[in-house]
Amino acid sequence: MAQTATRSKPATRTKSGRTPARAAKSGPFGGESHELLRGYFQQMTLIRRFEERAAQGYTQAKIGGYCHLNLGEEATVVGLMSALRKTDLLFTNYREHGYAIAKGIEPGRVMAELYGRSTGTSKGWGGSMHMFDSDAGLLGGYGIVGGQIPLATGAAMAVDYRGGDQVVMCQMGDGTTNIGAFHEALNIAALWNLPVVFVVVNNHMGMGTTVDKASAESDLYKRAAAYRMHGERVDGNNVLEVRDAATKLVEQARESGTPALLEAVSDRLKGHSVVDPGKYRSEDSVQQARANDPVVNFRAKLIDAGVLDEDAAAEIEKQAQADADAAVAFADDSPHPEVSTLFDYTYATPVANDSRRLPADPVF
Amino acid sequence: MTYRQALHDTLRDEMHRDEDVFLIGEEIGVFEGSYKITAGLLEEFGEKRVRDTPIAEEGFVGAAVGAAMLGLRPVVELMTINFSLIALDQIVNHAAKIYGMFGGQTSVPMVLRTPGGGGQQLGATHSQNIELYYAFVPGLKVVAPSTPADAKALLLASLRDDDPVLFLENLALYNTKGEVPDDVAPAEIGKAAVTREGSDVTIIGYSRMAGIAGQVAAKLHDEEGIDAEVVDLRSLRPLDRETVVNSVRKTGCAVVAEDDWLTYGIGAEIAASISDGAFDYLDAPVRRVAAAEVPLPYAKPLEKAALPSAESLTTAVRETLDAVGARR
Repeated sequence: MAQTATRSKPATRTKSGRTPARAAKSGPFGGESHELLRGYFQQMTLIRRFEERAAQGYTQAKIGGYCHLNLGEEATVVGLMSALRKTDLLFTNYREHGYAIAKGIEPGRVMAELYGRSTGTSKGWGGSMHMFDSDAGLLGGYGIVGGQIPLATGAAMAVDYRGGDQVVMCQMGDGTTNIGAFHEALNIAALWNLPVVFVVVNNHMGMGTTVDKASAESDLYKRAAAYRMHGERVDGNNVLEVRDAATKLVEQARESGTPALLEAVSDRLKGHSVVDPGKYRSEDSVQQARANDPVVNFRAKLIDAGVLDEDAAAEIEKQAQADADAAVAFADDSPHPEVSTLFDYTYATPVANDSRRLPADPVF
Repeated sequence: MTYRQALHDTLRDEMHRDEDVFLIGEEIGVFEGSYKITAGLLEEFGEKRVRDTPIAEEGFVGAAVGAAMLGLRPVVELMTINFSLIALDQIVNHAAKIYGMFGGQTSVPMVLRTPGGGGQQLGATHSQNIELYYAFVPGLKVVAPSTPADAKALLLASLRDDDPVLFLENLALYNTKGEVPDDVAPAEIGKAAVTREGSDVTIIGYSRMAGIAGQVAAKLHDEEGIDAEVVDLRSLRPLDRETVVNSVRKTGCAVVAEDDWLTYGIGAEIAASISDGAFDYLDAPVRRVAAAEVPLPYAKPLEKAALPSAESLTTAVRETLDAVGARR
């Protein structure tokens, strides 16, 4: 399903001799390493089980606030993350639990953040929408639609400034492509030739509004043309297609600092967030999303191709469930942040006369 | 040395001192800055460190935030504070929050330099004093130097601070002159200054009005024997309530002078702080001198009437002292 828009500007610099080429293959999985394929299935399954446990935690009131799940987008998540090195940097929107796990953060720490515990990825300060781990290269999930796009451009500017070889990936949803920050940040990234890959996960809906009602050009990858940037669309339910396209664009960015826009067309199995039953969706679109389930379909294809047998698949699923359960247990056992730390994270450089008072305290 | 020169020299010195400091904004390079603060810096440091941007405040302010998260020290010039509203999301939702909402894992060492203020017949959208919008937000620091020496001391402090600092300049101050010793040390952000000692009344101001407060105090002393103490806030967040309150405890009355609008303004916060900390010492209600609550008009007599001045401040001080019977 890969489609391509305009070609990018010619490369202007070379950072290494590395090439992302993969050998041509035949058959459903060609010469793909079975171990790698099983690894993708394991990660997708883990994210599926994790999100199911997150939904459960929300109904048990152990998780508060908003909670946007990756259910149905696992192939996109795993495909994108497998294109990045550990040192590469990732900015995401608020639907980031799966990305955090696939970027290498312990599921327990991700769940602990959902539980608002001090062992969480943001010590309980961020919650579902604001996970962060610089060791894993996750430079944050952001709750304001599109707020992360200029930040990603700026991070790429810093990489360029220092002459590093990191690539920045910036994930967003389809609804984001209509805000000003999208246009401004892509324009700047292209003008300054910055190593950033923008990824639009097109699940067909910005909350309850369909893409065709929100975007005058609903082939979102074509927007890249406005910035003389390479734009490409892939089937977001196909982990290998996502990985291959992302790998190509990431390595292009690494080699020559060329930004690009990748659109992964996927499906949201549930509502916008856990509290959204999705009643606005047509029965057709729900059926279609279920038929496209990337985890179920990938499992069947792997079994068909002999990469997995039923027992091995069941074993992976059992382990994923155990890992998700362990994440919940870790979160449950973790302490809440101490109230005495309330004023610890307002300023990095402490200041004279900072207002460190609780509502009941006297002012002076 | 002028306020403008002090800013220019400080930027230049810090760029020599620290490779991570770079400038980004509209027209700061080839054009040398709308107010010429960055004159000559593109030639000296090149495009990597003096980066002209498209007219896209949200985009380039956000890019500066992202660069700061990786440890660079961007100095953003926003052509006027009015345009900062276009970047409000990046300043308030991101620059200010990133340290807190990620549990202190990354900070945003960024300086947003921007001039505000009226008096240049620029009309309603180009003459605002909206520093309050930023002073309201925990996570941001907001400083407002009133003299060339303070411009240097506070800019040094801002450039070396690990948090986002909104550095408020004022169009009316760029050509003001003052002594700037070579060895000016970085200021302590969050500390007000008592710029004139006195015992009859405390005048509290910041930026342009701190300077006018000093002039008014000197004139009232020379002509009428009134002994006014002047407090220059210098920093709007964090706010040095202690210096204000201690001064009012000494003088027994206070006048706040601000260029912003009265209702919900910085003067309101100061008055409340005085009420909290010096109520028993007050001999008169706290007076506030602020801009008229209108979109600032273009026509010269209307604009002049709308902005606080030395005259309106003088009147307020006299009336306050009349109220306590302390005027000699």
